[in-house]
Amino acid sequence: MSSHYEAPIRKPLVIGDKNFHDVTVDVAAPVEGRANKQWWIVFSIALAAFLWGVGCVAYTVGTGIGTWGSNKTVGWAWDITNFVWWVGIGHAGTLISAVLLLFRQKWRMAINRSAEAMTIFSVIQAAMFPVFHMGRPWLAYWVMPVPNQFGSLWVNFNSPLLWDVFAISTYLSVSLVFWWTGLLPDFAMLRDRAVTPFTKRVYSIVSFGWSGRAKDWQRFEEVSLVLAGLATPLVLSVHTIVSFDFATSVIPGWHTTILPPYFVAGAIFSGFAMVNTLLIIMRKVSNLEAYITIQHIELMNIIIMITGSIVGTAYITELFIAWYSGVEYEQYAFLNRATGPYWWSYLLMMTCNVVSPQVMWSKKIRTSIMASFIISIVVNIGMWFERFVIIVTSLHRDYLPSSWTMFQPTFVDAGFFIGTIGFFFVLFLLYSRSFPVIAQAEVKSIMKTSSEKYKKLRDQEGHNNHSHSDNH
Amino acid sequence: MSNKVIHVLYNDDDILMDAVKQTRAAHHHIEEVYTPFPVHGLDKAMGLAPTRLAICSFLYGLVGLSVATSMLYYIMIVDWPQDIGGKPSFSFIQNMPAFVPVMFEMTVFFAAHLMVITFYMRSKLWPFKEAENPDVRTTDDHFLMEVSVHGDVDQMVSFFENTGAVEVKVIEKH
Repeated sequence: MSSHYEAPIRKPLVIGDKNFHDVTVDVAAPVEGRANKQWWIVFSIALAAFLWGVGCVAYTVGTGIGTWGSNKTVGWAWDITNFVWWVGIGHAGTLISAVLLLFRQKWRMAINRSAEAMTIFSVIQAAMFPVFHMGRPWLAYWVMPVPNQFGSLWVNFNSPLLWDVFAISTYLSVSLVFWWTGLLPDFAMLRDRAVTPFTKRVYSIVSFGWSGRAKDWQRFEEVSLVLAGLATPLVLSVHTIVSFDFATSVIPGWHTTILPPYFVAGAIFSGFAMVNTLLIIMRKVSNLEAYITIQHIELMNIIIMITGSIVGTAYITELFIAWYSGVEYEQYAFLNRATGPYWWSYLLMMTCNVVSPQVMWSKKIRTSIMASFIISIVVNIGMWFERFVIIVTSLHRDYLPSSWTMFQPTFVDAGFFIGTIGFFFVLFLLYSRSFPVIAQAEVKSIMKTSSEKYKKLRDQEGHNNHSHSDNH
Repeated sequence: MSNKVIHVLYNDDDILMDAVKQTRAAHHHIEEVYTPFPVHGLDKAMGLAPTRLAICSFLYGLVGLSVATSMLYYIMIVDWPQDIGGKPSFSFIQNMPAFVPVMFEMTVFFAAHLMVITFYMRSKLWPFKEAENPDVRTTDDHFLMEVSVHGDVDQMVSFFENTGAVEVKVIEKH
């Protein structure tokens, strides 16, 4: 067991007297068991919200973008706010599985599967906003580099909106492949445990015939490592490119070089908050408290605190630079953000994003499940308002005061947004009952170094070695 | 030649590792090892050659970068140059900074997807592929070593029983 040494000061990542088979049983239990009443209630609510969203999207497509509250001055509003919000949430999954893999953080293994699922599901929600804002979504393929059928005019590769198309589609497809490759051994576990022919067939198809040969595992580990190495700059590039949508324009309040790092930090911030929201519920409902421990929640809270502080610093820097630039339009844009008609959304953004994560300095709060859950939701409300503030307050005071206006969302705006939240939860709830929600193969590989059982065994072994003939 | 193989099952990765070393030292031929999770160092202990998938990925990335560069050069400079936001459109190198995001994304796209496709092809993984692990317990908590039989079967069985195996089976392979 000497090869599995880990410093005793590190807290166990798997709690309780678990062996390899227990991990299998615990991860398979939510899939093999039946859904309880609460699951059906939450699923019904999510499905209703999703269907309401489908209705609002159908109305938008049938009637036109005029059904939204966007107007001539505020041409971008909730659609892009929601788009950036969802893409941001979608950043935590790849960050956990890729960046934490490169840093060899073993605690990622309990949460990476669900975080990646969350990434994929939220990027799907994000993609819907630009697609339906096109007005004629059946022509969405026009964003691909195909020559216009009326001539030879191509898409504009100078435009950050086109960069977004490439960034988001690469991110979505690479995340999906990363996720599925990691799922193969775990689907194989479910396949080999399946008792009914139907489930056996289904898990046999999705596990791609995974057999767990030594050579397969060697390749699997190499592929995971290289994908992590590719996904790390990818995840940073995606939100950087999203921020270019704003930063490369000449709107005061958007045209700033701080936007890329500020957006990336904000994305990690909101993504980890969403992971906390989902996993705090999931560990309870699916009886996974032995794997997703308080320590996991605490570590995520620390990342939320750090990225929240980066975001807070960015807000203050932005204000300072606006003043320091001496540009009156820039100065007005920021003064108007804080004290103009949308002061309340600026205040919400500041309190939720800058003040709320700072309470995590207290160990008592960051190890409290209730406090973590509340803060995780507060953070995501704050991050939605951050995008709203950046987008709407910068636009609603145009260069021409005669164009000044306010933005009033319609029920369609709200319905579309609520619909995506519903769709996200529909997907996540279905996932939680049919997928292995913990990367059980990976967890088994760290049992000997990091589980409570083996740590105790190692302690005893150490004592026995020191005590010579004295048997105690 | 006999088609017999011995399936030796273990329930611990450390015992498996020791057994693999002993088996190789005793000059028995290990056909395959099936494990429920990656056992670090197993490939080296078995004498497997390192995988070259990372090199493939690098080459695929270069392909992606070349495809992106030639596509952008043709579309934006040769076929239909346009003055957009005053960005220079008659020289690739001057317009290039605006193309960096797409060049980067396509590099990653090619490197990641083609590497994964190569992995799936080499390890024979695709939908509707039948699993080939001989025992369902190998995806749960058992480790199975498949050794080809040569010489005295009984002697081999007793050898493997002494390596800490929980089960030793002689299988007729078709």
